[in-house]
Amino acid sequence: MPETSADATGLLVDETPDRTFRQSLVYVGRLFWRDKTGLVGLIMFLMVVFSAIFAPWIAPYDPLQQDLRAAKTPPAWTEKGSFDHPLGTDNLGRDILSRIIYGSRVSLTVGFFGVLIACSLGLTIGLISGYVGGRTDNIIMGGVNLILSLPYLVFVVFIAAILGRSLLIVILIFAFTDIPIFVRITRGEVLRIRESGFVEAALSIGAKRRRIIFRHILPNLIGPLITIATFEMSAMIFYEAGLGFLGLSVPPSVPSWGNMLAVGRKYLTIYPWIATIPGLAIVFTGLAMNLLGDWLRDVIDPRLRRVKK
Amino acid sequence: MQRYILSRLIQSLLILLGVLLIVFFMLQLTGDPVSLMVSRNASPEQVQRVREEMGFNRPMMVQFADFMTGAVVGDFGMSLRHRQPAMKLILERLPATVELATVALLMAMVIGIPLGLLGGSNPGGFWDTLCRLAGLIGQTIPNFWLALILIVFFSVGLGWFPTFGRETCTVFGIHLPTRSVILPAFALCLFTTGQLVRFTRAAVLEIKNEDYVRTAYSKGIGDRQIYTRHILRNAAIPLISIIGVQFGYLLSGSIYIETIFSWPGIGNLLAEAIGNRDFALVQAIAFFASLTVVILNLLTDIAYGLADPRIRYGD
Amino acid sequence: MSTILSVRDLTLRFHTFDGVVHALNGISFDVQAGETLAIVGESGSGKSVTMMSLLHLLPMPPARIARGEALFYTNGTPTDLLKMSRADMHRVRGAQIGYIFQDALSALNPVMTVGRQIGESLVMHLGMDAETARKRAIDLLDDVGIPGARARYRNYPHQFSGGMRQRAMIAIAIACNPRMVIADEPTTALDVTVQAQIVELAKRIQRERGMTVVWITHDLGVVAGIADRVLVMYAGCPVEIAPVDDLYDHPQHPYTRGLLSALPRLDDRSRRDLASIQGAPPDMMASPRHCQFAWRCPYVFDRCWKAVPPYYPAGKGHATQCFYDLENGRPRTDA
Repeated sequence: MPETSADATGLLVDETPDRTFRQSLVYVGRLFWRDKTGLVGLIMFLMVVFSAIFAPWIAPYDPLQQDLRAAKTPPAWTEKGSFDHPLGTDNLGRDILSRIIYGSRVSLTVGFFGVLIACSLGLTIGLISGYVGGRTDNIIMGGVNLILSLPYLVFVVFIAAILGRSLLIVILIFAFTDIPIFVRITRGEVLRIRESGFVEAALSIGAKRRRIIFRHILPNLIGPLITIATFEMSAMIFYEAGLGFLGLSVPPSVPSWGNMLAVGRKYLTIYPWIATIPGLAIVFTGLAMNLLGDWLRDVIDPRLRRVKK
Repeated sequence: MQRYILSRLIQSLLILLGVLLIVFFMLQLTGDPVSLMVSRNASPEQVQRVREEMGFNRPMMVQFADFMTGAVVGDFGMSLRHRQPAMKLILERLPATVELATVALLMAMVIGIPLGLLGGSNPGGFWDTLCRLAGLIGQTIPNFWLALILIVFFSVGLGWFPTFGRETCTVFGIHLPTRSVILPAFALCLFTTGQLVRFTRAAVLEIKNEDYVRTAYSKGIGDRQIYTRHILRNAAIPLISIIGVQFGYLLSGSIYIETIFSWPGIGNLLAEAIGNRDFALVQAIAFFASLTVVILNLLTDIAYGLADPRIRYGD
Repeated sequence: MSTILSVRDLTLRFHTFDGVVHALNGISFDVQAGETLAIVGESGSGKSVTMMSLLHLLPMPPARIARGEALFYTNGTPTDLLKMSRADMHRVRGAQIGYIFQDALSALNPVMTVGRQIGESLVMHLGMDAETARKRAIDLLDDVGIPGARARYRNYPHQFSGGMRQRAMIAIAIACNPRMVIADEPTTALDVTVQAQIVELAKRIQRERGMTVVWITHDLGVVAGIADRVLVMYAGCPVEIAPVDDLYDHPQHPYTRGLLSALPRLDDRSRRDLASIQGAPPDMMASPRHCQFAWRCPYVFDRCWKAVPPYYPAGKGHATQCFYDLENGRPRTDA
């Protein structure tokens, strides 16, 4: 039986095949079409990104504008609701829909920059750890294991409480606590590739180390890193909302999903929509990213595509 | 096996040392820990008094040595607010948290493992679809939101469960959980359930294709015995690690749940302490939580070693 | 001698993402009670797939049996193994037909003691209670030559050496005294000295218990020592079947001849290089329309590309699927 050739996306092959950008786009597009859940995830995710970027244009109200006469209006589909505020208003009469749209900015900013910083630092440290090896590797992995064996949530709460409420601090907390995940996956991949023999072969024909990293190791890493980054970003969005819920994320004046939950919780038994509806936004985003992540994992992991004999 | 346990033990001790360092220096992150603990409009005299009272005026190394020796004998300092040893406050709250996390873990295991087994045994079938759904739900619904929804529906709407608080009934001096634990535990177990489903299903799918399962079939063993005796038993070994990790996660996750349900556990204590700027207590809780996780990991590793004959009878 | 197994036109395909793999193309052969039939071929030729498909041990899908039958005779009454229900199959496996796998390390359950793995089928098929099964398993371990069987009963596979694991594997296969045992390259993963011991053990057990053995191997050297008859397979097709001596002395298929001349001989004092067969096995994604060996065959002529050759008789109990009459050095002239 013929071996299935490396993989579908071209992200994992040892020598990335010379495919034009257009061809690759068409190829990835076809993969999306084959598994519709990935497509659904992508569309949902793009909707969130769209609302974050164009918030001022699509939000019906200023998210900070209070209107005490319209306070605690229930959503439009309930008896007392009105289409002036499709998702209702909160305790101060602020429009929930507008706040959700603006809130996506906080979540996506935290998720995107958190993962970006964590991923680039983790990638660098992981490459060093896996490539240099020896003592450096031991020290780095010691640190990684230490951080991974801490109760994550407790420490995030602890640090956030100490450092105070600002967007930058929240991003940095998530970025730094998430580095170990990326270090571990990068290092694992470097070790795997180093042992697989073709790096040795490249070295033996006189390839430069830097060339090996850029030509052989990095292309192999892109797939797994994108997958992990998707899941980590969704996790960060959850944790940010959780911190906000505990009153430890961005300042209370900023419309964020977590802050909305925190406010709504106080009115839960009487005006439940103030808390429950913003939660739906979190679920929506989480669902989008997990569908996308699952799809990426299936496409990228060649083991799942292997033909069983 | 002894060597295995010993190496795990040494590893755990090293990690604990690292934890102590992290927990201690975290408070120094802002430069002046005292400023965290007093209210913003405190007079300089008040600040100075707290500083001396808490010993923050001493050299850093002395403080650290003091912290370390305290930690070894189980003294994590005094709570500023409660004027009581932090350890005492933690231990008072411990049973409630353990009850919540244990019930949640049991729920997750009872739902997750059989579901994963059913799904993995028939990929693409009804149970498998349910598995994928459970895995996805576990990862996409945050427990703090689910908790709110559960309260709205089952406590406020249907009135089946209390909205907050913990009630126990005492039988022969043992405190047993009552229905008050059901909603918080269910909200807490969701993510873990999803993880267990995913993991069990994946393990079954992988083990099904192992050579030794084929051997068992070649002996004429029926499907039921194949699953219970060969597949489940092999899947159980890595499951032990997952369950250990998840229990640690449940303990952490109780911060949200305990806050929402006013459950008198450690998570609630932590949220209170942060609200009161009682950072000595926060520090103690962080260390205690890490200690619990490290011990849990150690126990998990030992259980893993006992369950796997390749380690139990290894050198 | 009576026939115990009769396979006719067995055709099996793997339906994969990349297309259909034609793994077995019309396999036919008989196995006589009490004999040892060797199935020889290179890896991928379908030897293991043939035997596993008879016991439904292949994952289906992707495997699917397109046509054919495999009659297994019990007191002269045939039953088609391929059409057997799941429950009936459970009663045949282990009890009627035992299977010895190649890599005993991965073929034994790592978390179950060797003894229990042997005893499992005894309880299952013979309805023994745990204690009787334990005693019987110890006897079996003893019988396959494991020293200190009583203590070894409680060991796990990783505590055994490679040779001992293979012996335990044999004990599992013969536990219920099946009438037929399939030995699927049981010596491949072992040292040469251990190989010889395992072959001797298999021969002794067969003699003592009067079992029928199908021995799958890619090693023609092993075949000479144990087999009564040999079936040679190439790319999912049977190319030649013959009594073992006849095959070695008068190979009737160019492939068999190539295999034999690739075999080193200790009595050969000439310094010639070992011969090798040029080319690689064919792509099996297409259904065969002609002789699968045509690409590599030194005797190939136009007819070979036009049809799949049928079995041609070539002496007593000897048949080959080749249009070329190797003995007489010319194409066959049949209808």
